[in-house]
Amino acid sequence: MLTIVGTVPDNDFPLVTGDVLLKGDTIGIQDKQIPINRGTSALIAAAVKTFEVVGKKEITVYLIGDIGLGTGSRKLYEYLTEHLGQNDSNAITFHYLQPDVDWHNRVLFAVKEMIIPPVLIADAGFMYAAKMSGQAMAYDLFTPDIGELAFLADEEAPHPFYTRGFILQEENRVPEQIARAYEHDNAARYLLVKGKKDYIADKHGIQATIDSPVEDSMEAIGGTGDTLTGIVSALIASGLAINNAMITAARVNRLAGQLASPTPATQVKDIINCIPEALDKIVNKK
Amino acid sequence: MSFWGFLKPKKEKKSLESGQDRGILVFENTSEVIRAENVLRSTGWKIRVMGPPPEIRTGCDLAIEFPLIEELNILRTLNKSEIEPLQIVPVSSPLLKPVDLFHVKDFGLYLMVRAANMKITIEKKTRLIVNISGGGCPDVPYLAQAMVGKTIIESPVPREIGHTLCGYALQLAYEEVVRQC
Repeated sequence: MLTIVGTVPDNDFPLVTGDVLLKGDTIGIQDKQIPINRGTSALIAAAVKTFEVVGKKEITVYLIGDIGLGTGSRKLYEYLTEHLGQNDSNAITFHYLQPDVDWHNRVLFAVKEMIIPPVLIADAGFMYAAKMSGQAMAYDLFTPDIGELAFLADEEAPHPFYTRGFILQEENRVPEQIARAYEHDNAARYLLVKGKKDYIADKHGIQATIDSPVEDSMEAIGGTGDTLTGIVSALIASGLAINNAMITAARVNRLAGQLASPTPATQVKDIINCIPEALDKIVNKK
Repeated sequence: MSFWGFLKPKKEKKSLESGQDRGILVFENTSEVIRAENVLRSTGWKIRVMGPPPEIRTGCDLAIEFPLIEELNILRTLNKSEIEPLQIVPVSSPLLKPVDLFHVKDFGLYLMVRAANMKITIEKKTRLIVNISGGGCPDVPYLAQAMVGKTIIESPVPREIGHTLCGYALQLAYEEVVRQC
């Protein structure tokens, strides 16, 4: 089972947990409907679409409303510390949460209570907190983009906003930034760096790069990183080895993007809808 | 999996008490610090009055420690009371400065500007914001929801509705895209 933890951009949205149902361009949880066009809901939708093809269904989510004030995230952190111990997922993905080192550490303690250790995946704000806490190596997978990789590579930076200028956020500097992130223990066991090329790396260096198909417009489209994290999370939860899941997910996300014939104005929901076809073509070589 | 070793001792800078997610507000004089403290405490912020680190000592022997991620929201709260800090720096490394490099990508009909981890893309002809991407704080989807589909004139400004450092980075990207168009 895959667990996804994150937020939705609505301050009045209560803490909800449970199974999700994808219908059209919204996901349903309990009696709540959330558009899939951005953030954690895009990640969830991508995971659901992936499960449709690989034949799995079990996704449970922990969601709360937060518009950046942190109030919702902290309620959710507290809930996780009390309930994660009973969770039996084989993979957990933490996503858009207000970065908070203290709460992050408490959640990590709660994960320790789980009977079977899950694969731990972090992206977005929770990845920032994981790096800031000095506990990045407790995670199995981080999925940064190039700007976030520079932040991981900068051992001093508390947030990407404060990444030092000499750590240039450019595609051709990715290999040295990956090395620097591992040198200072600021990377997870695996890194999937999202960009014009996607890089698969571990502490020994870059293990693979995926650079086709390439659609320049993808960089501008909000949520394409979330879909990649959703696909890789679902593949890992379905039993694929992490390194294979990363490669497959990168190829699927790229192909789904291409199938959507994107422009910089394309919305991510159009790409999400192409995930099953892309996955089918790549996994089943149709 | 390496998880069970996560409690192993880490380098000193990474200890759980190192305040990696805290920032420091530096003011011109002590009375400004006291005013800011009163305003922030009365609006519910968890802050701490402290001595400034030596790297940024300017004469005033007090500063305010705050949750760095929420810098944009804190600044807005202070500005409403006409309080302006001299400096805002991370506790972990007081000499760090906000990112000031922009990456501009021209897609022909569209223009994308990135500042730190935040990107904004507009259609040049209409100045319509067509996408916002990057970032990891929860106000990013909120900002995207509020801004995408509006022109840069109609759109709310990240500085006014954002709350975090990601919102702040988007503000810088937004200002640059306005400047370029």
